Amino acid sequence: MKTGMPYLLSLPALLLFGLVVIVPLGMTVALTFHDWGQYKGIDPVFILKNWREVLEDSYYWEVFGRTFKIAIFVTLLTAVFGAPEAYILNRMKSPWRGFFLLVILGPLLISVVARTLGWALLFGGNSGLVNKALMSAGLISAPIPFMFTETGMVVALAHVMMPYMVLAVWAALQRLDPQIENAAVALGAGPITVLRRIVLPQAMPGILSGAVIVFSLAASAFATPAIIGGRRLKVASTLAYDEFLNTLNWPLGATVAIILLAVLATVVILANRLVERRYAQVFG
Amino acid sequence: MSKNGPVALAFHTLFVIFMLAPILVVIWVAFTPEGYLSFPTDRWSLRWFYAIARYPEFVSAFWQSLMLGSISSAIAVAISVPAALALARYRFKGREAFAALFMSPLMIPYIVLGIAFLRFFTQIGIGGTFTGLVLAHIVVVMPFALRLTLASAVGLDRAIEHAAVSLGASEWTVLKRITLPLVVPGLASGWALAFINSFDEVTMTVFIAGPGTATLPVRMFLYIQDNIDPLVTSVSACVIAVTVAGMVALDRAYGLERLLVGRGRDGR
Repeated sequence: MKTGMPYLLSLPALLLFGLVVIVPLGMTVALTFHDWGQYKGIDPVFILKNWREVLEDSYYWEVFGRTFKIAIFVTLLTAVFGAPEAYILNRMKSPWRGFFLLVILGPLLISVVARTLGWALLFGGNSGLVNKALMSAGLISAPIPFMFTETGMVVALAHVMMPYMVLAVWAALQRLDPQIENAAVALGAGPITVLRRIVLPQAMPGILSGAVIVFSLAASAFATPAIIGGRRLKVASTLAYDEFLNTLNWPLGATVAIILLAVLATVVILANRLVERRYAQVFG
Repeated sequence: MSKNGPVALAFHTLFVIFMLAPILVVIWVAFTPEGYLSFPTDRWSLRWFYAIARYPEFVSAFWQSLMLGSISSAIAVAISVPAALALARYRFKGREAFAALFMSPLMIPYIVLGIAFLRFFTQIGIGGTFTGLVLAHIVVVMPFALRLTLASAVGLDRAIEHAAVSLGASEWTVLKRITLPLVVPGLASGWALAFINSFDEVTMTVFIAGPGTATLPVRMFLYIQDNIDPLVTSVSACVIAVTVAGMVALDRAYGLERLLVGRGRDGR
């Protein structure tokens, strides 16, 4: 009785996940090996046609290249701006700290569609508000095209992913003992030295784990690239969507999706291992 | 701890503007009196909010999302409770693997889940149905429900239960009268967080929703793909209002920082 109890308690969840997660994922992997034709539909045979098509056609390489390039830029942007902001938040006094944390993390819960719509309105062609603001600030002389470009996708995705980075760095900074900073100052370290030698090394695990989350979410994001990129500028997820719901070539779409999953799983596992090995002594 | 300098505060101000700008712009444009997209300055109007009523697809999609979110979150919490008790109280073979499996929807890209659900539901004959949507949403909101039920199960003081047993309560009575009442606040927050996530989910749902079962975010997404007009901004403004209301309620009841960051130091 006692030994069976945890299994009995987990049974409903196990059944659900076995049936509705593991079986469908297995079916999707199987789908990548099926044949497809305009008139015959999906033919459940075992062939490598879809894999060959995706791996040999330069178009798919271009789409995957764009997907990961955008994800890397988004990760860099969120790290460069999100990490300092988390540090600034951490140094704020009580009511403001909670208030601004709410303001910055809150967008996480607001519909991605609504947030992306906001960027589409801000970008809005050559007369968009962002370009007007940048030009009046003297930062640019001619409007930058944001809509239907990779630049626009990067900016909008950086906004969507920013809370994850702030969250990760914030969590790391919570473990930081303020007395260490004070000790460094007392020993004569300048503010730059304190940041570089004390704060940054301790925030680094947070930045890295935030980067892993942001990278994998940005590379698999769908609604934002679909709205900002329009119908022609494709990333992996919008390409898979097209194959599924417009071309109806499900096996090809499944192949694109499974490759995306495999690449992201590899990146996440390698990065986690790196972070653990590198920082084992910090948390050990 | 030293204070933030002027440079830090300027950076902070720009950062907050960046985070809020797209959200505020949607709400701003929603109040335009014009028939096209514009930023109203001197005249405001609710005409585009009234206009939503004339588009039954948005209204029915709203009810669809509300029902879907409520039902799938409730079932997810109901399944999470026994699972959380098992994970929190027992050390058993496969415990780590179970936890990883139940959290896996956070690790698998939603686009892949959407495709997998579409293939599976079509094969078993529930493609595009509400049943399919509920099953899929239970799975994707499960990690959120489980995280909060787990937190309250771990935080439970077992001494109270032991006291009840020593006073002669049966196992069932302890569960009903002691354990469940103590975890209810965690369950309610878990339900709310799951609901918000279900209510906003678009990537996975766009694959499995049929013409008659499209949720509000799916309708908005498909609408925006064709054209962007003030109508979709007023619909978005309503969605933002609902989410912000839910968020403030959650913050009062549970604390948003605790909800999102977890329990911090002793979290793992």
